[in-house]
Amino acid sequence: MLAEALDAYVDTARKVGNPSSLHAAGRDARRLVEESRERIAAVLGARPSEVIFTSGGTESDNLAVKGIFWARERPRLIASAVEHHAVMDSVAWLAAHQRATVHWLGVDHRGRVDPDALAEIVDEHGDEIAMISVQWANNEVGTLQPVPELSALAARAGIPLHTDAVQAAGAVPVDFAASGAAALTISGHKLGGPVGVGALLLGRDVPCTPVLHGGGQERDVRSGTLDAPGMVAFAVAVEVAVKNQQESATRLAVLRDDLIARVLDAVPGAVLNGDPADRLPGNAHFSFPGCEGDALLMLLDAQDVACSTGSACSAGVAEPSHVLLAMGADDDNARSSLRFTLGHDSTDTDVEALLAALPGAVERARRAAAWKTPR
Amino acid sequence: MRILAAMSGGVDSAVAAARAAQDGHDVTGVHLALARNPQTYRSGARGCCTLEDARDARRAADVIGIPFYVWDMAEEFHASVVDDFVAEYAAGRTPNPCLRCNEKIKFAAVLDRAVALGFDAVVTGHHARLGADGLLRRSVDAAKDQSYVLAVLTREQLDRSMFPLGDSTKAQVRAEAAARGLAVAEKPDSHDICFIADGDTRGFLAARLGEAPGDIVDAHTGDTLGTHRGAYAYTVGQRKGLDLRTPAEDGRPRYVLSITPKTNTVTVGSREDLAVHRVTGERAVWHGERTPVECEVQLRAHGEVVPAVVTVDGAGLTAELRVPARGVAAGQAVVAYRSDAAGDVVLGSATITTDRADD
Ligand SMILES: Cc1ncc(COP(=O)(O)O)c(C=O)c1O
Repeated sequence: MLAEALDAYVDTARKVGNPSSLHAAGRDARRLVEESRERIAAVLGARPSEVIFTSGGTESDNLAVKGIFWARERPRLIASAVEHHAVMDSVAWLAAHQRATVHWLGVDHRGRVDPDALAEIVDEHGDEIAMISVQWANNEVGTLQPVPELSALAARAGIPLHTDAVQAAGAVPVDFAASGAAALTISGHKLGGPVGVGALLLGRDVPCTPVLHGGGQERDVRSGTLDAPGMVAFAVAVEVAVKNQQESATRLAVLRDDLIARVLDAVPGAVLNGDPADRLPGNAHFSFPGCEGDALLMLLDAQDVACSTGSACSAGVAEPSHVLLAMGADDDNARSSLRFTLGHDSTDTDVEALLAALPGAVERARRAAAWKTPR
Repeated sequence: MRILAAMSGGVDSAVAAARAAQDGHDVTGVHLALARNPQTYRSGARGCCTLEDARDARRAADVIGIPFYVWDMAEEFHASVVDDFVAEYAAGRTPNPCLRCNEKIKFAAVLDRAVALGFDAVVTGHHARLGADGLLRRSVDAAKDQSYVLAVLTREQLDRSMFPLGDSTKAQVRAEAAARGLAVAEKPDSHDICFIADGDTRGFLAARLGEAPGDIVDAHTGDTLGTHRGAYAYTVGQRKGLDLRTPAEDGRPRYVLSITPKTNTVTVGSREDLAVHRVTGERAVWHGERTPVECEVQLRAHGEVVPAVVTVDGAGLTAELRVPARGVAAGQAVVAYRSDAAGDVVLGSATITTDRADD
């Protein structure tokens, strides 16, 4: 957590945890939550009433997809094929259990959706489409989507578009009003705030049925007593992240491009995944054909170089990423990939350390993959 | 040394990894995911490829303080162990899948990969001794001894293996796990075949091989005594579940003597008919003792030992039994031991090819 956010969390927890009276405590907590709402709205181009606090990105995505689908009572849904599981599995669940018809929007080899493909589906099925969900930035390969263009297209047909901006907020400029999206997901821990806190920015006139029913605390769309210290820390983190966004993005992009160039240079056969230009400033994602990503990760781990493979199932088995498969990779190439993430504390020294370890590790992992071929 | 600890999620492999780490080795824990779809193996404490087991292994690694990874070996496991298991039954033999898993997965695919990744050896929680002399011996805990399913390992494989539990009883291992704060200390042992979660081997085979009714034939008279629904469901020595229409003339129980896939018949006879005096084997692994050698042989997992004279000729092995044995099934291993006060020593092993040497 960002130091400012952590301080804010602790200060607030001490304050609201130490009330002079029960009544005053409730009032204090409410005031702090509302102030946080205003602060977040102010830096993300939203109205305070459009900020629905949730327990994080997963809940916000579920609420947007299911809530808008339910409220609009139309049979079709559109989502990109590279969504985070929080969106993808919500959509798939609606298809499996609530008879939703899903149109998965394919992506090109850089991971970008094609606005014309969206336009085609919208033209053909306009009235039957409940909602559209296309992420702002991909959490694996870092590719950015043309959200304003897609939103405009959706808005012309009167269809709400939700965008998962968990990875984008704080990393690239994100403005809810300017984006034209009907709903937008953000998550605390991706911005330097606490885990377990997030928000759905939800346009005032976008219908949305609750997923969590109860006291109706959040505009009757979301229920549950809010964690005031969490909200305050979240607001501080969002403010700091947005304030530093440009400077940090500029610095990270330089570091990232250096890392990418040097990896491509030092490792024979390495391939950069995602869009070379339109990508998250801190994201570098490669395939190392002939390696297994999990073997490589293990070798780099042992040298204190942090990286990650795609997703793993609940037993921990690395699975070929649906993102890479959607981008046209085959199973083996998808399994040979690795992501390096640069953050506010990353420096040249980290890039040096990575390059010192990587070529040897790739060579070794390639040799280790040879056992897979039939003996 | 850099050691890879194969961690099943059970108490034995957890303690083995902990001991290797305590001995100063640089240990990395790996859980082998063997099920094609781990979700479908949600089957409680049985088996070795459940979600719970993966979690238990990870927790143990955390407590020990070693890095931990999951390796997906499902494809290899299915090809080398599960498919082989089905094919062996279809061929009228009785395979031992744990032995096959050691031979093809743990000390082959996993070991090869580990070595390629820079590890020196693999440590497992098997109950067997492998000391400085390089000899594979029975565990001090006779009831838990697993040398039988390890005897298939070659010298090269043994040279890259560590079995730190061989000098401990299971009770000691459990006590040590508790003392080390490992939550798996009380976890029940897995007995069943890990890929047959409900324990119904016959049903598992029937689903893959289909119903194939055939005759149950008397070894002496050649009479058909009944029908079976698939010869693969029978094992030599089996008495239960024969369901014979015609009881034997002498009124005494009948045992499965052999299975003949070609004619899809199960041949039965008396207990005396089961007696075997000579066992032949193929694919022998032998650790160098001159033969013929006077020794003891074990003919199935947890079976009793029989004094025998063993001769090895290339990949072939013959054991002349000093005392006849019963229930000797093709596909099982014949493992030769030399008795030794410091733990009986594995001389070698082979896959049994004959049901009854008298055939
Ligand atoms: C793109 C994206 N969406 C949603 C989520 C889920 O957010 P949370 O962890 O707050 O539930 C993540 C988290 O990593 C993400 O990267």
